[in-house]
Amino acid sequence: MSTAAHAHDHPHGEAHEHHGPPHGITRWLYTTNHKDIGTMYLVFSGIMFFVGGTMAMLIRAELFEPGLQFFNPEFFNSLTTIHGLVMIFGAIMPAFVGLANWLVPMQVGAADMAFPRLNNWSFWLLIPASLLLVGGFFAPGGAIAAGWTLYPPLSVQQGMSMDMTILAIHMLGASSIMGSINIITTILNMRAPGMTLMKMPLFVWTWLITAYLLIAVMPVLAGAITMLLFDRHLGTSFFSAAGGGDPTMFMHVFWFFGHPEVYIMILPAFGIISMIIPAFARKPLFGYASMVYATASIAILSFIVWGHHMFTVGMPAAANLFFMYATILISVPTGVKIFNWISTMWRGSMTFETPMLFAVGFLCLFTIGGFSGLVLAIEPVDITLHNTYYVVAHFHYVLVSGAAFAIMAAVYFWLPKWTGRMYNETLGKWHFWLSMIGFNLAFFPMHFLGLAGMPRRIPDYALQFAEWNMWSSIGAWIFGATQLLFVYNVIHTVRSGRAAEQKPWEGADSLEWTHLPTPVPYHSFETAPVVK
Amino acid sequence: MHLKHLRALAALAATLPVSLAASASYDVDILPPASPMARQAYTLHWGIMYVCIAIFFIVFGAMFWSIFRHRKSLGAKAAQFHENTTIEIIWTIIPFVVLIGMALPATKTLLAMKDPSHADMTVKVTGYQWRWEYNYLNEGVDFFSNLATPRDQIDNYGGEGAPKNDHYLLEVDKPFVVPTGKKIRLLITGNDVIHGFYVPQLAVHQYAIPGFVKDAWFEIDKPGIYRGQCSQICGKEHAYMPIVVDARTPEQFAAWLQEEKATMPAPPAQPAAAAGAAAPAEMAAAQATGNAAAPAGGPAAKNAAPGAKMSLADLKAAGEKVYTANCAACHQANGEGLAGTFPPIATGKPFAAPAALTKPLADRGFYKDGHIVEGPAKEHMDIVLHGVPGSAMASWAHLTDEQLAGVITFERNSWGNHGGEVQPSEIAAARKAK
Repeated sequence: MSTAAHAHDHPHGEAHEHHGPPHGITRWLYTTNHKDIGTMYLVFSGIMFFVGGTMAMLIRAELFEPGLQFFNPEFFNSLTTIHGLVMIFGAIMPAFVGLANWLVPMQVGAADMAFPRLNNWSFWLLIPASLLLVGGFFAPGGAIAAGWTLYPPLSVQQGMSMDMTILAIHMLGASSIMGSINIITTILNMRAPGMTLMKMPLFVWTWLITAYLLIAVMPVLAGAITMLLFDRHLGTSFFSAAGGGDPTMFMHVFWFFGHPEVYIMILPAFGIISMIIPAFARKPLFGYASMVYATASIAILSFIVWGHHMFTVGMPAAANLFFMYATILISVPTGVKIFNWISTMWRGSMTFETPMLFAVGFLCLFTIGGFSGLVLAIEPVDITLHNTYYVVAHFHYVLVSGAAFAIMAAVYFWLPKWTGRMYNETLGKWHFWLSMIGFNLAFFPMHFLGLAGMPRRIPDYALQFAEWNMWSSIGAWIFGATQLLFVYNVIHTVRSGRAAEQKPWEGADSLEWTHLPTPVPYHSFETAPVVK
Repeated sequence: MHLKHLRALAALAATLPVSLAASASYDVDILPPASPMARQAYTLHWGIMYVCIAIFFIVFGAMFWSIFRHRKSLGAKAAQFHENTTIEIIWTIIPFVVLIGMALPATKTLLAMKDPSHADMTVKVTGYQWRWEYNYLNEGVDFFSNLATPRDQIDNYGGEGAPKNDHYLLEVDKPFVVPTGKKIRLLITGNDVIHGFYVPQLAVHQYAIPGFVKDAWFEIDKPGIYRGQCSQICGKEHAYMPIVVDARTPEQFAAWLQEEKATMPAPPAQPAAAAGAAAPAEMAAAQATGNAAAPAGGPAAKNAAPGAKMSLADLKAAGEKVYTANCAACHQANGEGLAGTFPPIATGKPFAAPAALTKPLADRGFYKDGHIVEGPAKEHMDIVLHGVPGSAMASWAHLTDEQLAGVITFERNSWGNHGGEVQPSEIAAARKAK
């Protein structure tokens, strides 16, 4: 059992010399330390955030005005496709796994993750996978241009970069599954004495549920893309009507993965926000138990709503009705969460340092993303909005101002704990406000474009869409440029930030704040704390 | 990225406020609905919007009240209350009830939208890479509808392109003409990949899935032009396959239908034509590139009886239109293709691409020492009829013999090529050969 092996490596109570990390590149290559691996995940996701972000900037340059200015349509399609895949699999998911690596062991009072070597392998798989994904641009025929959803038969028509992408997604999926096994085992088996499930911080809870979602759906995606690979090279016809298959089946299998995937990218964000708001309101979370139940309900419902991505496929009326009702239902537990956060703020004693600003930004904008989700759930309305910019606006409101804002809030919140240094508050505030302005300028007009009928994934558009697109591009560039402030602030903090106080946030009360020094030592909780 | 582009961008940014004031189009609502279903969807949209706006004011009101009042800097002391079962049950039940209120009318509309029965007329719509085909079942009228916007308005790589038409990218050579006040059932399918048949003002949105026929329906209140476009990414020219629905009064429609029937070729005598859809011969000779509302075609479109010889000039003239509508997207209007992806047609042009792409060309005699050369007419016909497996070159067998003879002749006698003419009868023979 892992805990036994662990006890063997670091006998409890025995003082030993090797507390610091080894030096040089081997520290990072061979590391099994959850903090090092967490750092690598976060740095990796930061880099991918900029890779995907650069593509977004190029997309907005082409869409600045009608007509083709910079790219041919095929390259544009590659940009939108790889932007999506890189942001989902390269930026957001690894960022959450990085946060889980740093925080889950400390928050449950464990010394490390349950399977440290598996943890190392999970991370290093990301490197070849991302190289294959982005390397498609240099393959004959260019990167895949079928949209991140990879619908056949278009994806069967693609060049060899499609095979590279399939291999990349397989590796990313394997990495996610191993990471999830690690997180689940750590949470279920390695909690400190007294740390019952219902005492766990919400970040741990949401990650536990997310990890189960990942294990449930990543193999489904793997199956879908394997069938795609077979259709491409081995003459099968899973998705080709000519051989008795059905392209619609791919969509069903893909979205059976795809919808839980959406929650994989937002549940850990819920956890982060549920920890930051109470800390800055100096007041306990209003409904801890109902937050846990709401998270679990959302996770369970996420398995039965995939059809709302397919309202225009031509499913029978009964299926469309079912998926419409189930989708509408999801807004109930989501509403519970939002009401809970506001009740937590209510009559608190709030301060608004950067993490709290991002948490409040999350709350405002995620709510707007929730509203547009509700609009899209109404099937007859979705008929006029499906595959338009309205959908693009919707999912950027939940993924950028949802997931990405939560990640940024988390980085500002825990950076002092990790590094022992305080970030620059003024720069942090600039980062927040410019992000808010840029983001809303970029994405709010997209609702209007969608209502007016502009389809997504087009490099060129009719003239009535020109004005909003221009504003959207300007907003996107402001948002993109602002993120350089974030990088500067983080690097500056790590290298030469002023020393952080032992407990920089008055209201923070999870184990890493109450039981560990700032900065946290390389090995923490070698002796498990006792939680009362 | 060229410096010129950056300069153009900077210039644009500088004139931004002016251009915004000059021709602003800041629509913020769904387009005016033009069918009963679209009207219901419009009403539903505003219904759910009012619900969202009400919740917005409650949620944001409470949040911002709290943000402004319950600050530490104002001396607020944190209350320590938490967990209240009553309130938590209330805020679960109330949204639930509100949502049931929304789901009921939505259900009614959904069921009506899904019921294409008792249609007055049925049209089969097929999505191709990258055009739409409309087949008026039982009427024998069947034609393709292509983007009518000229390439020089689209390609602005060198800076400023040609001035754009009012309906830039949403105009076609031949619109989808339908009568008003009739329930029109669409049978929608795809030929190659999944497309999306999407006309927002009619609340019609249905994927065109190869190998499967799905249905949708609409009924238009008033004569007019309703525009839409392919909504599902379908490859390179996804942005360039618009849908133009031209709704006319039943009388005007009947007249149009008669006129169209007269231009349709007789039921296929050539068995090969059955493989693809029998496209109207009229397309080859008379493709109006102006506004879609103008009825295309005319007496000139009627071509000679099958088997008749056509002159080189006639073939070339007809072929140029076919080329512009079907080939120029990839091989470009100047015949120079796109580096690395789409081979030039013009002889002597260099073309560097992976062997998978150049080998079939070399084998057929169109490629030598890194350059495109003139190959034999037989191979040329073979490529156009059957495509090149493993590449983006598709089969164009659904075009008529006249169209194919025209386009091949055009290609073989333009941009420095001197390959002579290819007659429709040769195409017919080539079809039979395989």
